[in-house]
Amino acid sequence: MTQLNEFTLAQARDAIASKQVSAVELTQAHIAAIEGARALGAFVVETPDQALAMAAAADARIAKGEAGPLEGLPIGVKDLYATKGVHTQACSHILDGFKPAYESSVTANLWRDGAVMLGKLNMDEFAMGSSNETSFYGPVASPWLPAGWSEDKARAAAATKDKKGLLVPGGSSGGSASAVAARLCLGATASDTGGSIRQPAAFTGTVGIKPTYGRCSRWGMVAFASSLDQAGPIARNVRDCAIMLRSMAGYDPKDTTSVDAPVPDYEKAIGASIKGRKIGIPKEYRVDGMPEEIDALWSRGVEWLRAAGAEIVEISLPHTKYALPAYYIVAPAEASSNLARYDGVRYGLRVPGRDIQEMYENTRAEGFGPEVRRRIMIGAYVLSAGYYDAYYVRAQKIRTLIRRDFETAFAAGVDAILTPATPSAAFGIGEKTNADPVEMYLNDVFTVTVNMAGLPGLAVPAGLSKDGLPLGLQLIGRPFDEETLFSVAQVVEDAAGRIDLPKPWWS
Amino acid sequence: MSVDQATVRRIAHLARIAVKDEDVPHLQQELNAILAFVEELGAVDVDGVEPMTSVIPMKMKLRPDAVTDHAGADVIVANAPAREDNFFTVPKVVE
Repeated sequence: MTQLNEFTLAQARDAIASKQVSAVELTQAHIAAIEGARALGAFVVETPDQALAMAAAADARIAKGEAGPLEGLPIGVKDLYATKGVHTQACSHILDGFKPAYESSVTANLWRDGAVMLGKLNMDEFAMGSSNETSFYGPVASPWLPAGWSEDKARAAAATKDKKGLLVPGGSSGGSASAVAARLCLGATASDTGGSIRQPAAFTGTVGIKPTYGRCSRWGMVAFASSLDQAGPIARNVRDCAIMLRSMAGYDPKDTTSVDAPVPDYEKAIGASIKGRKIGIPKEYRVDGMPEEIDALWSRGVEWLRAAGAEIVEISLPHTKYALPAYYIVAPAEASSNLARYDGVRYGLRVPGRDIQEMYENTRAEGFGPEVRRRIMIGAYVLSAGYYDAYYVRAQKIRTLIRRDFETAFAAGVDAILTPATPSAAFGIGEKTNADPVEMYLNDVFTVTVNMAGLPGLAVPAGLSKDGLPLGLQLIGRPFDEETLFSVAQVVEDAAGRIDLPKPWWS
Repeated sequence: MSVDQATVRRIAHLARIAVKDEDVPHLQQELNAILAFVEELGAVDVDGVEPMTSVIPMKMKLRPDAVTDHAGADVIVANAPAREDNFFTVPKVVE
């Protein structure tokens, strides 16, 4: 029999429904897998007792015939989601010891539907990063081996604090992506402000979807840039993502930007024909210096969709190249405002000073890591008197132009847009940390436009690089048309064939 | 546009982040790299374009003016690094 943690989420659900396995057995298998994978650094907190209690309650509901759609399915939770009474720090030092008295709406929805919490997952500090290297709790290793590495060499590197040379899982949802790829959980919550679900999914051979802005409640998620942040799942295939998103999504009166519209059964979109659907290929995504293998992957994707009956059309999104620089004004501006709340008074770390002013400054200097400090300072600068119009207002106008580009394409009948998910495969831990910060930002060049326009975007594995590492394609949809993304992504997944996840060298 | 060292100190103060003297040149370099990166936005014609205020068009929702979520004062101060009874405590601010 397959090891229970090798099940996909849908397989586990079906095995529970047919009473082949209990929620407790399934949970025990995942707890054991997590204990054996501590070297990856994916979990920052394990909650096995809570998991087993939730699983036992799930088994009781199953016995009574009251099972929810995710009954007894063990998942991981990104450290950015408030979980009542459990460590919630967005992997920052400044939130030391913070245990919320409340539960985020997205996780509450998952528990309502029967899911089981295995623990909290590592991430870039306050979701600011593309490699999970800015976490206060240290980096996460991808389960994928660097080219030419033996398992022994990887085990030795994973045992060190900095894990140098192993591959990054991407970020900011690096713990989520690594844990899902390493079969430590059936799926995980993640969040995406500029690519933080889709880039790690692409780097680890998993599937991730950032739904339309407003589809999931942001209540109880540690805020980074409120007009861009959105919750979403990472899972091992398209169907599992569809199942998870249905439970995560929904209207919440506690988030005024959440949308009051029914949540479709996304799983029903899996397997739907894409015959006659119009897929746009934006010429501006063919960027200078794009590796040949990324270009080839994209062309293969086009052929797969054409073969499935889709109509392929070239489109133009002329403001694409301005999205990333505009993002690096809007996101830091919102972050500087959101992170003003960390002042050493109400929660977390306090570092004393001679007066209250110095106490604030000392607390924030010690509590925030270098990348977070940098972004808060950029934000404070672009919002300061004399620069607000030149930077912030201009960036928000460019955002209007970026959204208009997409609206023009959709008005011309385009159903979804196909692009590469990332400009490269995963890089090594430590490889980009000393470089210019902008080099790291370029990871999000294909994903950030989607956040700027509030659209849904999905990353699906589509092949391997010359070094044997996963590469993903991205699908961008109309607002609230996640269903089309699931239908098209399933076609890509089927055509790409099975991408075997790495065997557990880490345990 | 680029920032000089005095501006770096001013921004750090605005952001309430203590900065050591020896860190200023390095920070200046990093901030200027980011500002150089966003420079190209100056080339975009934004005449007559409305700045985005809501990425998904929606009407601001109002809620009834009622207490919905009163957890209790002890719960609210439970995570404070320093407190007395149900009060947050801070260094003295009035002489």
